[in-house]
Amino acid sequence: MASSLRREDVAKVAKLARLTLSEAELDEFTAQLGQVLEHANDIAALDLEGVVATAHPFGLINVVRADERRASLARDDVLAMAPDTQDGRFAVPRIMGEAP
Amino acid sequence: MRSALDIARDVRSGATTAENEMATSLAAIRARNDELNVFLFVDEEGALDAARRVDERVTRGEDVGALAGVPIALKDNLCQSGVPTTAGSKILKGWRPPYSATVVGRLLDAGAVPMGKTNMDEFAMGSSTETSAFGPTRNPLNVERVPGGSSGGSASAVAADMTPLSLGSDTGGSIRQPAALCGLVGVKPTYGLVSRYGLIAFASSLDQIGPFAKNVADAAALLEVIAGHDPMDSTSLPELAPSLLSHVNDGVAGKRVGLVRELFDGAAAEVVAEVERAAEALRDAGATIVELSVPEIHLGLSAYYLIAPAEASSNLARYDGVRYGLRVDADDVAAMNEATRTAGFGAEVKRRIMLGTYALSAGYYDAYYGQALKVRTQLIDAFRRAYLEADLLLGATAPTVAFAIGEKTADPMAMYLSDVFTIPTNLAGDAAISVPFGTGEADLPIGVQLLGPGRSEAGLFAAARVLELADGRS
Repeated sequence: MASSLRREDVAKVAKLARLTLSEAELDEFTAQLGQVLEHANDIAALDLEGVVATAHPFGLINVVRADERRASLARDDVLAMAPDTQDGRFAVPRIMGEAP
Repeated sequence: MRSALDIARDVRSGATTAENEMATSLAAIRARNDELNVFLFVDEEGALDAARRVDERVTRGEDVGALAGVPIALKDNLCQSGVPTTAGSKILKGWRPPYSATVVGRLLDAGAVPMGKTNMDEFAMGSSTETSAFGPTRNPLNVERVPGGSSGGSASAVAADMTPLSLGSDTGGSIRQPAALCGLVGVKPTYGLVSRYGLIAFASSLDQIGPFAKNVADAAALLEVIAGHDPMDSTSLPELAPSLLSHVNDGVAGKRVGLVRELFDGAAAEVVAEVERAAEALRDAGATIVELSVPEIHLGLSAYYLIAPAEASSNLARYDGVRYGLRVDADDVAAMNEATRTAGFGAEVKRRIMLGTYALSAGYYDAYYGQALKVRTQLIDAFRRAYLEADLLLGATAPTVAFAIGEKTADPMAMYLSDVFTIPTNLAGDAAISVPFGTGEADLPIGVQLLGPGRSEAGLFAAARVLELADGRS
């Protein structure tokens, strides 16, 4: 059985999801997500021991294709839509040595 | 506006031109787009050029295709190479995809002419087209009401006679519910019947692309064009497009139709009355009505609002300011990711990402996401049992006629409940169609829903056609 949602849970999830929430948003989301999860307690409470989970409704698994070379998107076309590029690559701010 | 099939026939015969038809469409868009906010992007010159190329092919005597010269609108989560595509989000503002969706390629091969991209709830998360970062779309039948969602722009475009056809996507009802609220035919095809390659992903195990049209035959013709296996989508069913248009007039004689209590319980009295009248119309046409109960349907809403956000939280992780779309600069890459996502996503998208991240997080995975996947299995089994007793099922599409703009925006749970009759089909991977049947409050249209097992589209179109005729539309 799932427990009820706390404000600190929402803050932790926001961090995991890479979202910054204001104090007001934290309050709002705690209430709204709590309401949805409360509704979901009807299924959290079910005894489904032995029921198999469904990923694809028609059970398609391990779709393979021949390992053949084929054209991909042109690099310049793809990079043209990037916020920043350098020497034919995506450019990002520094990754190493950042503040904790 | 004339039907898509009439336009295609006349373009092929030379009785009209694709350019004329596109000019009519563009004039209708210009007349009402500011008022209704239907299109986020219209390429007038490009569409007229493409239409003229269709006409040149007709002149040369080429076989132009089933949708020769038919204007069509695309929901803004469908990629068309070089055409701005936002999925209703600030985070993709200005993005032009370097490739086209498989469905777009198939439309072009069939002679159809896309002219623009329609407004939608941000990343298809919503039931009213009010969560779009670019403002709400209004219902052309009553501008104080919503058109439904998330494909509200595509529905409004057809309802306002801006185009005879449009494409939407349906993850929990996002084609059928706006079709019902705008008085149109809307189809959620069997999962895997239509390639999702080039559809911006929301919940990949539930998303399907499907048609909007004014009438059943047009919808069948459009689905026939876009359906069929695509090696670019590994969830695509391994078969060619089914023959649909030729079965539209098959009727329902000898068919067993299951009237499912859980698919109209709780709907407005006027909606229930139309569902019952639809059952009578099907009986009059030779079907047998079987009253059924599928209690597992009640668990669908909870399962959906765990599975869909869980998949969305994973799919939307790619919007990190690195490869495309918005970037908000910051000192290091993690801060840049967070600043970009915080500025780029709207409240509903954040809510669903949060919900999905929570449902997948350590300690809660088994209780929520794991349980939801098992409920999905139970629902599939329940539908299979129902289809032993009935060939197709009948219910409501939406609990009410179109509601007022702003009525449900402050209460996400109330908005989610408007999908209660459409969600089960997505979880089951089955097919369903909404067809207009009667009117309700404020003379607004009511849609009834026909559901069938996977690959039952031909039978659904035939039943929908019976209702279309019974409702006085030829």
